[in-house]
Amino acid sequence: MDSSLETAADREHLRRVVIDPVSRVEGHGKVTLLLDEDDHVREARLHIVEFRGFEVFIQGRPYWEVPVMVQRLCGICPVSHHLAASKAMDRVLGIPVTRSAEKLRRLMHYGQILQSHALHFFHLSSPDLLFGFESEVGKRNIVGVAAAYPEVARQGVLLRKFGQEVIRATAGKRIHGTGSVPGGMNRHLAVEDRDALRAEIDHMVEWSRAAVELVKRLHRADPALYDEFGRFRANVMSLVRADGAMDLYHGALRFRDADGKILVDKVPDQSYRSLIREQVKPWSYMKFPYLQQLGPDEGWYQVGPLARVQNCDFIPTPLAEAERREFIDHGRGEPVRATLAYHWARMIEMLHAAETIRDLLGDGDLLEGALLADGERGNEGVGIIEAPRGTLIHHYQVGDDDLVTMCNLIVSTTHNNQAMNTAVREVARRYLDGRKLTEGLLNHIEVAIRAYDPCLSCATHALGKMPLMLELADAGGEVVDRVVRD
Amino acid sequence: MGGKFLFDGRPVPFEEGQTILQAARAAGHYIPHLCWHPDFPPHGSCKLCIVKVGGRHVSSCALPARDGMEVESNTPEINGERRALLQMLFVEGNHFCPSCEKSGNCQLQALAYELDMSSARFAHFYPDRPVDASHPDVLLDFNRCIFCELCVRASRDVDHKGVFALTDRGIRKHLVVNAESGRLADTDFAVSDRAADICPVGVILHKRVGFALPIGERKYDEASICTVAMEKGE
Repeated sequence: MDSSLETAADREHLRRVVIDPVSRVEGHGKVTLLLDEDDHVREARLHIVEFRGFEVFIQGRPYWEVPVMVQRLCGICPVSHHLAASKAMDRVLGIPVTRSAEKLRRLMHYGQILQSHALHFFHLSSPDLLFGFESEVGKRNIVGVAAAYPEVARQGVLLRKFGQEVIRATAGKRIHGTGSVPGGMNRHLAVEDRDALRAEIDHMVEWSRAAVELVKRLHRADPALYDEFGRFRANVMSLVRADGAMDLYHGALRFRDADGKILVDKVPDQSYRSLIREQVKPWSYMKFPYLQQLGPDEGWYQVGPLARVQNCDFIPTPLAEAERREFIDHGRGEPVRATLAYHWARMIEMLHAAETIRDLLGDGDLLEGALLADGERGNEGVGIIEAPRGTLIHHYQVGDDDLVTMCNLIVSTTHNNQAMNTAVREVARRYLDGRKLTEGLLNHIEVAIRAYDPCLSCATHALGKMPLMLELADAGGEVVDRVVRD
Repeated sequence: MGGKFLFDGRPVPFEEGQTILQAARAAGHYIPHLCWHPDFPPHGSCKLCIVKVGGRHVSSCALPARDGMEVESNTPEINGERRALLQMLFVEGNHFCPSCEKSGNCQLQALAYELDMSSARFAHFYPDRPVDASHPDVLLDFNRCIFCELCVRASRDVDHKGVFALTDRGIRKHLVVNAESGRLADTDFAVSDRAADICPVGVILHKRVGFALPIGERKYDEASICTVAMEKGE
């Protein structure tokens, strides 16, 4: 894989351009570009500038507190952390969760996928895609979308609201609920909640189909951009169900190489450490995971919608499966690798989530049945789930006194670290190299990062207009150009 | 000899030997409290039950009622003082309600809601208080201790074991376990002890229960502490 542009040879003599913070993503990150005197990009890096420390302060806490505590990592996908931790603790307790509990968790999780994908596409990314990367910056936001495309914005807002309602009905709260507990669930779905959700679910399926259509129209309207922007070869990883189906709640790990060939398959979640290693680089707080057998240079990989839609053999709901086939056909025998195809894959998953919720809502096990079971207590457990942004791994060891002694979290965005850096470099090389920098040009970099829907802090997200100041300094440190967005 | 006093302008009868708090409660008036418990003698340490009598701020759990007293309780001045006391309790320990399994059943949290406490106001102490998970059935999370001594009193006076005690003074005051090792496992404490269920906050916890009862269905989720305390006689 191409690692050029990661570190320039003569860094001290290059001009430094900083995008800080990267906007319309969750959390805080920045991009640094080093340019030579002819404006050629010599180095491009995405830095994650936050440090959270959850893995350490989970240690010494009782295991039953963990699924509630860890979801404070994130305000956008707390359910993913809630469920990954619960699954790990199921293992610690040696409990196979009951049918009702698993279905309730699945419903919660697919509600999470629906709301997060809707938030990302409509609120965060659609302004770039509908108006253009270099469009007027003052309108390039969800308010601008609401003014120009009111029905698109309305459906986006209501899709997210529905997903949040699914979470509330299963977890107790829209954000940071407590429905899932080690070994099962603590509540059934109330009949009135089931009925209220069923009354709306057909709209959600239809609007999700419309969202897939919208992305396809965008691809068809400008294939030169959508098929080429930020395109590069990469391995992919995701959970896959035993029969090869997409399953975002549970499965075994599968890797494919950049040609789409399966490298590793059916690896149980408890064995993730036999596959994945993490590399530390001095310029980032975020580690760089890689497939051990390929090593850090060749073994990095993508996770998330683009990986999942192409890694599974089929999607087990009919409308999303039809869309998956069309997506695969778009690659004409090759894996689809364009960065903007993440949006297309994400909307296919949103449709799958809506269909799955519709099917689950007809299941009586949600309303009654045992929620907890007994098991034989152990001391270690791994929980893996496909969070909206990709594979999320929680790994704990618990002492006989019930306190956590070890916690290892590999969050989705961490898996995508190298891929996002590669996307930044591809875009910098293709669009910025040798040109005078403008806000619009630099937004190309942000568009590439945004496609991954990164959750840079896995922290509570404040949606709004984030300030951006770009300074171009000459080799002597003198500021020669400045672009400010406030 | 009994009599009557005015409680926030309303007459409240009392019997000989009743405190202001007891008489007010008997007449249906709630006074916030943390260290007071109907099954134990007055303790007078948390000061949440302060009222104003004759210009002085006094602990209503400890002061006997007197005929003709004029007692102010639910006033901006007294509630402001109670709020300040709560804020000091919050910063003195490590109270992280979002992941605390006692959330919704915690008197400290419920009183903070009741008294409109919206910020910690003071700088946090962030004390280092390791948990004690040595006992097979009960976890001690000292981070949340408010020094009400209800566990001390219950263990000593009801269970007759004397498992708990406060040690050190002032800012260094903290709850300890009466064992040479300092570990709960090395005492004769049992999950069936009165002390195991007396903690008004989240220090003494039955293990492996956690969030079995959903948030939203807990004691103070549907009714405020003033309603719950009066209905349940707590």
